[in-house]
Amino acid sequence: MLRRTLPALRSVKDGVTDAARQAAKGDAHFPSLRGHPAARVNARESAEGQARLAAAEEERRRGGRPEATTVKEFQVYRWNPDSPGRPFLQSYFVDLAACGPMVLDVLQKIKSEHDSTLAFRRSCREGICGSCSMSIDGVNTVACLKPVDADTSRPSMITPLPHMFVVKDLVVDLTNFYQQYKSVEPWLKTKRPPGGARREHPQSPAQRKKLDGLYECILCACCSTACPSYWWNSEAFLGPAALLHAYRWVSDSRDDYGQERVQALSEGWDKLYRCRMIKSCTATCPKSLDPAAAISALKALHQLRKA
Amino acid sequence: MASRPKLSGIQKQVLTLYRGFLRTARLKDPEERLRIESVVSAEFRDNARNVDRRNFVYIEYLLRRGKRQLEQLKNPDITGLATLEVKK
Repeated sequence: MLRRTLPALRSVKDGVTDAARQAAKGDAHFPSLRGHPAARVNARESAEGQARLAAAEEERRRGGRPEATTVKEFQVYRWNPDSPGRPFLQSYFVDLAACGPMVLDVLQKIKSEHDSTLAFRRSCREGICGSCSMSIDGVNTVACLKPVDADTSRPSMITPLPHMFVVKDLVVDLTNFYQQYKSVEPWLKTKRPPGGARREHPQSPAQRKKLDGLYECILCACCSTACPSYWWNSEAFLGPAALLHAYRWVSDSRDDYGQERVQALSEGWDKLYRCRMIKSCTATCPKSLDPAAAISALKALHQLRKA
Repeated sequence: MASRPKLSGIQKQVLTLYRGFLRTARLKDPEERLRIESVVSAEFRDNARNVDRRNFVYIEYLLRRGKRQLEQLKNPDITGLATLEVKK
């Protein structure tokens, strides 16, 4: 079982390093988020941001400080293939007091009230579909789980996932990413003849526990697009997300082709061994999974079988 | 034989894509093949005329889009290709 980890890669200016430290030791404040460090940091950040916004609003109502404002600037990457020109950052000013707490809420507000031509992917708004992955203030994450930085004095920058081909605005081309996911054959393969007496594939709780920290991956592509190895060799290297899924099937007790899977991955050095343990994937994962550990486990399996 | 102009990498890519479309069209029914070829060549001609040759960002975008469409067309379940004129 892989332990869920805390995303270490946060912009320092967010001032969350302190919050992260507190969140790591304090499960007490968010008991339902036990074992999910990234979610805990987000929850704390969100609560603090809302409190700061409420304070600013109160201040303005009393007329104490006129500069206490709840309007924040968002710089959003824009590029439309149908209108000629280079990509640029467009600024939108959004009143955070009249908007939801997450970055996705801000984007929805921009699209509905400011500029309907803005294009971005979104679906579930609760971090389970992985559609709304983008780079927010330089960190890859899913917009629906990322609280808005409530400091209105500096702008937030929203760009598409780095080093991916842009289709339009914040929408990137994930064809290659999905092809790579498909290439690890992410389905159950057994050697048992079909139509036996037992149709099900039973699993003990201990065997099921091995999948914790692996099955939660939602294929948001945050990890793969944060990986420098993947940036330079996205054709050859499978990337952390696909390898995490490969390890998920290798470690599944019901799957009989674990050895063949590892063998297929280690064929041609590129697919697996391009990973240099940079660990950007682990640092950025919005579901606090640990793809780097999965990849090193795969490497270990391969080396042990060779020896 | 007259010497051909030397083509840049991106020009070669465009030609390869066009060739790919023509070869894929041969796998379809004869009348569909004619239609596919006319649609594809019209699209290529149109872009060759209208797109600024220095606009690499856009040309590369078109190449990627074309590759995606070609992958779709290669699927044997797909028999033909149709276009739709959008009024502006």
